Amino acid sequence: MKPGAGLRAYALLYLLFLYAPILLLPVFAFNSGTIIAFPLKGFTTQWFTQMFENASLRQALGNSLTIAVSSSIFATCLGIFAARASTRFDFPGKGPVMGLIMLPLVLPEIIVSISLLVVLLSLGVQLTVLTVILGHTLICMPYATVILSTAFNSLDRSLEEAAYDLGETRWSAFRLVILPLVMPGIISSLLMSFTISLDEFIIAFFLAGNEPTLPTYIYSQLRFPKQIPMIMALGTMLVVLSVILLTVAEYFRRRGIAKTGATDSGGFL
Amino acid sequence: MSTQSSAAAYRARTATAKPMIECRDVQKYYGDYHALRGIDLTIRSGEFFSLLGPSGCGKTTLLRTIAGFEDISSGVVLIDGQDMQGVPAKRRPTNMVFQSYAIFPHLTVAENVGFGLRRDPRSKAEKAAAVEEALAMVGLKGYGNRASHALSGGQRQRVALARALILKPKVLLLDEPLSALDRKMREQMQVELIKLQRQVGITFVLVTHDQEEALVMSDRIAVMFEGQIAQLDGPEALYAHPTSRRVANFIGVMNFLPARILGESATGVEVDVPGLGRVEIPAANISHADPGDEGPSVGFRPEAVSLLGAHQQTGARVTPGVIDEVVYYGDMTYYDVRLDGSAGFDGKARPVRIAMRNVFGREVQDVGTRANVSWSPGSLVLFR
Repeated sequence: MKPGAGLRAYALLYLLFLYAPILLLPVFAFNSGTIIAFPLKGFTTQWFTQMFENASLRQALGNSLTIAVSSSIFATCLGIFAARASTRFDFPGKGPVMGLIMLPLVLPEIIVSISLLVVLLSLGVQLTVLTVILGHTLICMPYATVILSTAFNSLDRSLEEAAYDLGETRWSAFRLVILPLVMPGIISSLLMSFTISLDEFIIAFFLAGNEPTLPTYIYSQLRFPKQIPMIMALGTMLVVLSVILLTVAEYFRRRGIAKTGATDSGGFL
Repeated sequence: MSTQSSAAAYRARTATAKPMIECRDVQKYYGDYHALRGIDLTIRSGEFFSLLGPSGCGKTTLLRTIAGFEDISSGVVLIDGQDMQGVPAKRRPTNMVFQSYAIFPHLTVAENVGFGLRRDPRSKAEKAAAVEEALAMVGLKGYGNRASHALSGGQRQRVALARALILKPKVLLLDEPLSALDRKMREQMQVELIKLQRQVGITFVLVTHDQEEALVMSDRIAVMFEGQIAQLDGPEALYAHPTSRRVANFIGVMNFLPARILGESATGVEVDVPGLGRVEIPAANISHADPGDEGPSVGFRPEAVSLLGAHQQTGARVTPGVIDEVVYYGDMTYYDVRLDGSAGFDGKARPVRIAMRNVFGREVQDVGTRANVSWSPGSLVLFR
């Protein structure tokens, strides 16, 4: 046996274990049997038709997209402020403030959800899509802040000073020099936050009131066995969408790197 | 070292020049750290001025206070007669070439150079012409459409120069501009910077830790230690007449031997130096010892003395010794020579370094051979 063959087999099995379940999604999505089991019966696209005709699924998808887009934009904007402040300035209480921003990363999500629920209810706030956006912005903030801090940190400080020296104000220097150079970080942050928000379950479950998001809708449908093939079809769509999204994001990231001439230090892919 | 910056040429150019930058008792604190300790300095219009010192001596801080990137804790900075208190960098008649060049990587060469013209009321075509002219001045004609990240170190530096000079500043500030270049490129850029300064005629203020760079390029040099100016002089004066032992040590190589003062007269100071004997040091060559020095010492440059064969004699004073070490550099050979009797007051041997040019016909001496060192009292400096 060649040296390293054992490790190679281990790696292959490991990957198979991780990804085989995902590969099964499209298999059952096109299977005409209603029971999720082998042997397969025949080829059909009726689950996809059923999915597209399902009004409550469409509503859940709409809610999820609204929430994911809004909370990724909010988290990224707030993350830009936090990253800029933490990388460029020293102020009293900087450590504790940055720690607080990072806190949701280690807090159990169920605790975050329940505390938010208690506070919102005691304030008399209606549970809607807006409250989910609030919760998701909170849990996306640590990721956005970390990604953006890295982007801001890698900037040479004299770039900014050069812009001041050449007659720009603080704001115009930020807009003309800093923003274009951290743009790959901003795109990464938007994408990361979008992905986190889209499949987040616990906060959506607690804070959505009677507005379902995609994960809570899927969960509610698992009780009905005849809906399961449609969920498989939905899962297939989501996998395809994720791959396309990540590919596009990676394309922009690499193009950004090529444009600024930096060396590629590895992205998500 | 350079002909362009000889004292006579400098005097001719700046004899009637008015002051461009004046610092009066400039102090700068970072918290408890006293970075600038009372800087008094006048830089004349059209001068190539260098701030030279080891890292942490405050030279970059001083440059940044002139540029407006740092506030001063107290004192006055005047540029062209205007008080700069509260004037931000963008309104100062200065532009800076940064150590990292700070070329905007997302912009082309032309966009970088034209960056400062954004608020200029001139037409697009006029601005493009100005950019082209600035690029031509630094030898990058036709590079405008290049992506700036594809440039070499030397080219980036030229872009940084063009970008700063296009705004026609009264003062160009250069923060260690050559430190990132390799030796050949650095020597080439030194000459080009001197030519550029003569061409545009504005004041250049250069920060460097490289004494050779400062000597080659500057009209005058301020040597800084620990937030203070230790000596301000032209290159020749600085090299030949350092006013303190620390400056002498920082600028080039100097040999030091302990000395005992025997007496003073109108023409100089008579000292006893182990190995050299009794010497009268001319009054013009008397400098200060630094705090911490162990008593007075005499110093001389490695090239101010010369090595003779064992039996050669010349008119100057001659001291015999043994060659301890030979370092061959091709054009030069450095000899470390232990002078007879130089063990002196404390018994410690102090070999002195002697530099000899390897002119045709002169043989390189061997380690361990005896040789005569010829010197004259005029080439010694006394630090007391």
